[in-house]
Amino acid sequence: MSAPLRRPDGATTAFVILGAGTAGTIMANRLATRYAEQLQAGLVHITVVDQDGSHIYQPGLLFVPFGVYTPEEIVKPREAQLPRHVDGVKYLQATIEQVDVAANKVLLEDGVTLPYDILIVATGTRIVPEETEGMTGPGWREKVFDFYSLEGATALHDALEKFERGHLVVNVIDMPIKCPVAPLEFAFLADWYFTQKGRRDDVQITYVTPLDGAFTKPVAAEQLSHLLTEKRIELVPEFAVGQVDGTEGKLVSWDEREVPFDLLVTIPLHRGAEYVARSDGLGDDLDFVKVDARTLQAKAAPNIFALGDATDAPTSKAGSVAHFEAELLMENIDRALRGEPVEPTFDGHANCFIETGHNKALLIDFNYDTEPLPGSFPFRFGPMKLLEESRLNHLGKLAFRWVYWNMLLPGHDLPGISPQFVSHAHRDDTVGANH
Amino acid sequence: MTATMIENTLAERGIVVDKEGFLQQPEQWTPALGEELAASVGITMGPRHWEVVNYMRNTFLESGSAPTIRTLGAKSGVPVKELYTLFPKGPAKLAAKIGGIPKPKGCI
Repeated sequence: MSAPLRRPDGATTAFVILGAGTAGTIMANRLATRYAEQLQAGLVHITVVDQDGSHIYQPGLLFVPFGVYTPEEIVKPREAQLPRHVDGVKYLQATIEQVDVAANKVLLEDGVTLPYDILIVATGTRIVPEETEGMTGPGWREKVFDFYSLEGATALHDALEKFERGHLVVNVIDMPIKCPVAPLEFAFLADWYFTQKGRRDDVQITYVTPLDGAFTKPVAAEQLSHLLTEKRIELVPEFAVGQVDGTEGKLVSWDEREVPFDLLVTIPLHRGAEYVARSDGLGDDLDFVKVDARTLQAKAAPNIFALGDATDAPTSKAGSVAHFEAELLMENIDRALRGEPVEPTFDGHANCFIETGHNKALLIDFNYDTEPLPGSFPFRFGPMKLLEESRLNHLGKLAFRWVYWNMLLPGHDLPGISPQFVSHAHRDDTVGANH
Repeated sequence: MTATMIENTLAERGIVVDKEGFLQQPEQWTPALGEELAASVGITMGPRHWEVVNYMRNTFLESGSAPTIRTLGAKSGVPVKELYTLFPKGPAKLAAKIGGIPKPKGCI
């Protein structure tokens, strides 16, 4: 480590957390708990910055188009989720201009400068629909929609209510995207939604992906491919969209194939936060923060760490990942402050519910090295099933909204769920390297 | 040589591939093997192919994930349209296979 992180006795330690979404909020709460005494004694300061005041429960965005949740039901004030009435913790609502990596400070657009000893980057990812030709042109939010923003999900709700017949296309433009299973879940829920409305025979549903299948890992592909057939969802693989034509209603691929649509639900390209591009050496080509995938230390500097959707770590961009990372990152920050080396403890662990419609869901659990496998969760005896549809998984997904606000964000450990991957497979011989 | 014959000779040489012929240990790769893997999918490697494959492989080794079509088009020096001429149907997938790195995947 090139710079000493340990503060001289008696000096104060300044933490700056950029972003008060899932990852930033959990880190703020964990730091406030861990350093409660030091905060009280004035030895530690924590400043949290976010550009807006609304914390969206992002897993809920999938349900808004189908009227399961209203937009109001998934939004709370950001500040209320952060440590409250704690001296030494400050929340700023401001736009970030730049991180001056060499000078250890963050510059805000309003001219304020925030010096830091430890910087935690948790500014997530954003959609950039304007980067795909034609996407935000004619038809945008009329017959071309996203559901990765509250505005998009709300507008799509109205459009789905009016949609009675035609071709619904669900599409991923390119990876990486937040919550990579959400587009597939959307297709499954659309099947259920139009079945409930008695319109399923009038609506054709097609899933268009740049990957070579809806399921790209061997065991998942074997276990789950039947879902598409059962739900009458047509698959168009290896289709990389070059252009969206909202006037004609068609997707055009780079190799000049076409898929017509009456209603397009697309997952636009993703990027990291804009200021990352203006911060020397911090991000990659897509503005994701370059980190060591196992320590979460930024490659730009040893006193910068990043977690959640903001990083370039090759795991899923999902809330569960942010939660597991936060638990392990807390220990690495503690090590760094004690002058000890950080440890490669994060293994890419992710755990996601996949809503399949008709009040059922799947659950998947995986990491950098092990693909999603069948089994029971938590522990080997359940009660939830891995890689298999069940009603209990669906109830788990719905209950998770409460868990999110009341356990996950405040930084509590979830009972029975380890931040590192534990094999839950029924048969040990099914556990193997990720193929 | 057919794809199956190439797979058989890979196995004989101790080179580990998955069911679709993607190398599982990138360090087992050599440029000569890249030429062979390209031939197995009907591609004869030229300088433009190599620009893409080298960019793909180096990015994977540096960051742990392979670039997508979007990044390839912006950064490899080869525009997206041409990527499809060089590697018909699936440039990212084919360049990964030829470059000896794992197949681009989703999370399931």
